[in-house]
Amino acid sequence: MSRYDIVKKSRASDRLTSLDYITNIFTDFCEMHGDKRYRDDRAVIAGIAMLGEIPVTVIGLEKGHGTNDKISRNFGAAHPEGYRKALRQMKLAEKFGRPIICFVDTSGAYCGIEAEQRGQGQAIAENLYEMMTLKVPIISVIIGEGGSGGALGLAVSDEVWMLENSYYSVISPEGCASILWKDVSRAEEAAECLKLTADDLLEQGVIEKKIEEDGSDLRLYIRLKKEFLKTISEKMELDTEQLLNARYEKFRKIK
Amino acid sequence: MNLKGFFKQHKNNLEGEQKSENSTPVKIPEELYISCPKCKKAIVKRSLRNTLYVCENCGHHFRISARQRLFFTVDPDTFEEHDENMSASNILDFPDYDEKLEAAYKKSSEMEAVVCGTCKIGGYPCAIFVMESNFIMGSLGTVVGEKITRLFEYAIEKSLPVLGITVSGGARMQEGMLSLMQMAKVSGAVKRHSDAGNLYITLITDPTCGGVTASFAMLGDIIIAEPDALISFAGPRVIEQTIRQKLPEGFQRAEFLLETGFIDDIIARKDQRDYLTKILKIHTRTGRNS
Ligand SMILES: [Zn+2]
Repeated sequence: MSRYDIVKKSRASDRLTSLDYITNIFTDFCEMHGDKRYRDDRAVIAGIAMLGEIPVTVIGLEKGHGTNDKISRNFGAAHPEGYRKALRQMKLAEKFGRPIICFVDTSGAYCGIEAEQRGQGQAIAENLYEMMTLKVPIISVIIGEGGSGGALGLAVSDEVWMLENSYYSVISPEGCASILWKDVSRAEEAAECLKLTADDLLEQGVIEKKIEEDGSDLRLYIRLKKEFLKTISEKMELDTEQLLNARYEKFRKIK
Repeated sequence: MNLKGFFKQHKNNLEGEQKSENSTPVKIPEELYISCPKCKKAIVKRSLRNTLYVCENCGHHFRISARQRLFFTVDPDTFEEHDENMSASNILDFPDYDEKLEAAYKKSSEMEAVVCGTCKIGGYPCAIFVMESNFIMGSLGTVVGEKITRLFEYAIEKSLPVLGITVSGGARMQEGMLSLMQMAKVSGAVKRHSDAGNLYITLITDPTCGGVTASFAMLGDIIIAEPDALISFAGPRVIEQTIRQKLPEGFQRAEFLLETGFIDDIIARKDQRDYLTKILKIHTRTGRNS
């Protein structure tokens, strides 16, 4: 399977979305809307829930199912208020000592007039900055598309995992092909150059874990839940300084 | 060509005069003049240096090199460069990247897209990084991220303020995800520097886009910009393609960001030294914060 085949799978319209993982892995999920500054961005889902016996904060970039839902969620492309909503919930998680789990699935942060007007760059920058020192464990899972800065805005974490059929890239293969060769149809070649699969990024030290997909949704939910529980209980053992130093070092070492 | 020698040879040319100015004195008139991209007025090239590369007719700020910036901004003979010989390698074996790097060395006379070091401004000590638009459009790759991170770590150790002068097309595609990770890495270093009570000033210049806007350019305690600088997350062309309409005049320019509340002020090039001196003076550590 080529890298671009994986990209295509990650974008499949019937692929599981953040909300599927949230409702099937956690219990007692209460969604919290709005950034309390401008509006509720439906491309981002945020709330609190139980992971087994552990209270957690869950956040996801949500593409939606079905045409109307997808449109109302802007196909998972968040505006600044989406990143600000996420950050507000992450700050509350820190206040109450709850671990944070983020599901990432976006072609990128939205590129539009209003997004720029309301400070898309500033909103993502603030998330990177604040997430680095949030005093609770953070795990991010790329479940489909990990589109550049819009994905990174929810992935400055202690561990970043990727599903087998997901990608994480500095630029979309199409965008890369159009810059390199002025030819979008060469996206398949561009995907090869960008080295954007879970295997590539494990090798580059960008992610910590690849999660296999074997076709059964239920098995995937169970596997993820087990992995979350295991990793979170390990991270909860660390004192704050150890946790934050390890997070800083995880990014610091990439050069 | 021996790169180190090439670099040294150009290094002393701090004010970064154009090569043509060093050549024979007999020139055809077109070479002596440059047309202002904004008001189209013909300007005598040599006179631009006296006006800090600003058009006297319309105030257009020409793009200048990192070395020119340093020359105009820092006190004479106070700049000490850090990590000046760090350079990139083609880690992902990306097509044409080696050639691109070679072209960048030639165009910029720099080893990478950022120059870092310490200096004094108006007598006040300061760590400084200046991005270089002539090096793959100031793109953020692993070496740029590493150099800036090291500068912040040094500034934490020495309790120094940091001035960052940005110009960038965004993350460097040719280094893939390793480039994107530099956004997080530098932001983390900025956070540590800030948590230790240190000042960080960003001066955003034309153009600053993508991954640099979405990380350390927007993280200053004080964020200023040059007049008319393009400051964006998504570039104007990308937005026009997404929404299939023309963008309004002045959209994503410094004046627009001032109006929408994302920068603290716009400071013309001729006023930058005095402004920065004032800011550094006000942040001299005394009393409770010392
Ligand atoms: Zn002019």
